[in-house]
Amino acid sequence: MLGVRKLGEGTLEYVGQMGAMGMFLLRSVLYTLSPPLKFLRVLKQIRFIGFQSMVVILLTGSFSGMVLGFQGYYSLSRFGSDAFLGPMVGLALIKELGPVITALMVTGRAGSAIAAEIGVMRISEQIDALELMGLNPYRYLIVPNLLAGLICLPLLTAVFDVVGIFGGYMIGVKLLGVSGGTYFAEMANYVEMQDVMEGIYKSLSFGVIIVWVSCFKGYFTGIFSGYGAEGVSKATTQAVVLSSVLVLVWDYFMTSLLF
Amino acid sequence: MIKITDLHKSFDGNRVLRGISLEIKKGEVIALIGRSGGGKSVLLKHVSGLMKPDRGSVFIDGKDVATLKGRGLMALRDRLGFLFQGGALFDSMTVYENVAFPLEEKTNWDHERIRERVLLELERVGLSGAEEKYPSQISGGMVKRAALARALVMDPEIMLFDEPTTGLDPIIGHAILNLIHSCHRRFSFTGIIVTHEIPKIFEIVDRVALIHEGVVLIEGTPEEFISSTEPMVKAFLGEPMEEAGGESG
Repeated sequence: MLGVRKLGEGTLEYVGQMGAMGMFLLRSVLYTLSPPLKFLRVLKQIRFIGFQSMVVILLTGSFSGMVLGFQGYYSLSRFGSDAFLGPMVGLALIKELGPVITALMVTGRAGSAIAAEIGVMRISEQIDALELMGLNPYRYLIVPNLLAGLICLPLLTAVFDVVGIFGGYMIGVKLLGVSGGTYFAEMANYVEMQDVMEGIYKSLSFGVIIVWVSCFKGYFTGIFSGYGAEGVSKATTQAVVLSSVLVLVWDYFMTSLLF
Repeated sequence: MIKITDLHKSFDGNRVLRGISLEIKKGEVIALIGRSGGGKSVLLKHVSGLMKPDRGSVFIDGKDVATLKGRGLMALRDRLGFLFQGGALFDSMTVYENVAFPLEEKTNWDHERIRERVLLELERVGLSGAEEKYPSQISGGMVKRAALARALVMDPEIMLFDEPTTGLDPIIGHAILNLIHSCHRRFSFTGIIVTHEIPKIFEIVDRVALIHEGVVLIEGTPEEFISSTEPMVKAFLGEPMEEAGGESG
């Protein structure tokens, strides 16, 4: 009997949290679409999510491209198709690896920080203080992050793709001897605008997912993730784990739809 | 001005407020005292609209706070100032930026006018020279004073103080209470002060209410409160419970 009760309570809590997440996203989108916009805060968050993630994106992008160069050459040369290394690296990065790895990197670097910052503001009553000043916390804390996520993720993904393609070029062409002209010419033949758009759509949706989950977890620290410093710690962990899982799950559905 | 009627609130089955009723007239300052965890801060959050009651109502100028939404709630909060127990200063902003924030967001004042007002407010609370410091770089007493400056900078009609002296040494604590008193004389706000600062608080309030087990056990002027024979009042005034109980019995 106790087990059934606990199962029921757990289910209700889970469903309640899902509903709260849905309402949170709806409110965030509505406030994003309605003025006034805190433009300076948007710029600040673009700097934080976008510019300050550049180093990690450059590093992961270049090494991902180099690994693809090695693995692609190894696989393709078995069939005598190493001329197709360029399209392979390009398509893998543009359609899949670029958006996904960029999203995971931004989740780890910026998503966790957003959840922790908003969580600390919640437990130290700074969000209550905002409300009591007659100000809307969504406009100050959520909307700027949402817009910054939407702007930065596609741009970071583009940087990741370019650096990755160049990394693949360095390995495939400079190290393993594939013709440089072939690498880029075949890439231009096989990579279409639709593939590029697929990557952009994915990165836009990942931007929303990361900000949505991170802000939600921070905003409801103390309600869905315990109190005090432990609550902030849990909220941050949950934000990173849930964002990462949702990015990968959503990636599957996006790929199925856009395939 | 503020009327609280039969207010009930529970958290996970724990009944914190069990039917509190209280009335505060315009310009009056009332002290709420009671044991820790007795629901005093929860009551303040109901008055400010941060929490909604399970039952009962808080009326401010005849309007039920719990039913206010959107612009109505914003309009009410424009009239409110709230001094949080921990100050609730924005930790990514300096003291100056914290105090200037409500003015920048809620008024059309130019930078020079805002600067003059913020510096005046900081001078009043004795924080001249600390403008560029961050909350983490100043003491607890300074945080409380900066928070008080931020709460008062918009000239609120209603001020709610949540344990303004908790965690401070007696000298700073008394200085904060004197500051609240002088601000009240200057601005004539209606105030509710949640505090344990007995008997000092009796010097600066018009009335005192003791909250015990979720209800208002006794309320009256400080003189009436001090002369009460209620055992719990005696205990709060520093007399042993047993002795107090014996006297009243």
